[in-house]
Amino acid sequence: MTSDPVRDDNARRKAIPLFDGDLARRGYALNAMCFSFNEEANRKAFLADEEAYCAKFGLTEEQRDAVARRDVLAMLEAGGNVYYLAKLAGIFGLGVQDLGALQTGMSVDAFKAMLVRQAEAIPQGARVREAV
Amino acid sequence: MAKIIGGYFTSHVPGIGGAIVRGDQETPYWKPFFDGFPPIRAWLAKERPDVAVVFSNDHGLNFFLDKMPTFAVGAAPQYDNADEGWGLPVYKSFEGHPALSWHLIDALVRDEFDITTCQKMLVDHAVSIPFELVWPGVEAWPVKLVPISINTVQYPLPSPKRCLALGRAVHRALMSWGGDERILICGTGGLSHQLDGPRAGFMNPEYDLFCLDNLAANPEALTGHSAEEVAELAGTQGVEILNWIAARGAMGDTPMTEVSRNYHIPISNTAAASLLLQAG
Repeated sequence: MTSDPVRDDNARRKAIPLFDGDLARRGYALNAMCFSFNEEANRKAFLADEEAYCAKFGLTEEQRDAVARRDVLAMLEAGGNVYYLAKLAGIFGLGVQDLGALQTGMSVDAFKAMLVRQAEAIPQGARVREAV
Repeated sequence: MAKIIGGYFTSHVPGIGGAIVRGDQETPYWKPFFDGFPPIRAWLAKERPDVAVVFSNDHGLNFFLDKMPTFAVGAAPQYDNADEGWGLPVYKSFEGHPALSWHLIDALVRDEFDITTCQKMLVDHAVSIPFELVWPGVEAWPVKLVPISINTVQYPLPSPKRCLALGRAVHRALMSWGGDERILICGTGGLSHQLDGPRAGFMNPEYDLFCLDNLAANPEALTGHSAEEVAELAGTQGVEILNWIAARGAMGDTPMTEVSRNYHIPISNTAAASLLLQAG
């Protein structure tokens, strides 16, 4: 079979997965709610009445359930984009390492240690360079 | 005639902003990253740019999914930062350069790059943190800003090849500008990192070093991949390298000298780098 770059890139979008048109359409309501969290008043309104706030943005049942369970992978599956979801995570005081731990099933400490260990793959002499 | 003095490239991880607020620059975790910046600060103090043309990506502050431009050029007299929702301080505003922005917009569209024009535009940590890193503690930024935003959020993304071509069109536009400003080109973001999904925490030093090694002398090497292939190689957020590729294009086709480079793992979930290139 000849290689078809469009087909190959579309396959990558599904496999990784990447935030493409399918996910952007599916996730619109959830992402719109998360985008609203740029404003403090909206973060407070969410905390005061989560159910009502989610309803206001018309979250699907799948999205509502994923948010209620604080299930990041389910939010992604429901079309959430991590840049917007990070604003929701911020409400709960969770950073990207907490999110990483939640998504990989590691403890936060184990996730952080995994990040640090990746420095071992940097070849000697590749870190710093300054012209003389 | 305006002069392009060089290119400053850096990661823009939000966590850097937190480290600056806490004064963590000298702590063992942060020092290897912050150590990349004294040579860049010294070079900027000597070279004194008047304007920075900054290629970066918005993270859901200015653009939402209702309207997502592939390429957007700011044309505002002032650019504000604002609450991004995850606890960063709100950074000081930037003075724009509307006349230069409109010259770029005009030249780019004549050159068949059909960009979006923004007379109002919030800029997020992707611009503020790179400025904080090289001009710490200043009362006002010493340069005017022309921001160029590239969509790295919602696929289809522009290809690396197209980003390099956009940058080269920006270069041609800067060369036909009648002012006498000293212009700094900036590319922010990256390098490899992935925040979402089961592969969260993914980094790829081999690809990062391939990019760092080729950016100065052979940027075409970075255009052999599609955006999807870059995501596979660099992680889902590592596609921010597109900003670096476009910025390299804006420096022009002449050979560049690498003045300084720093590469460190990890900063937050990211393989972080800073790089300074100068013409000649």
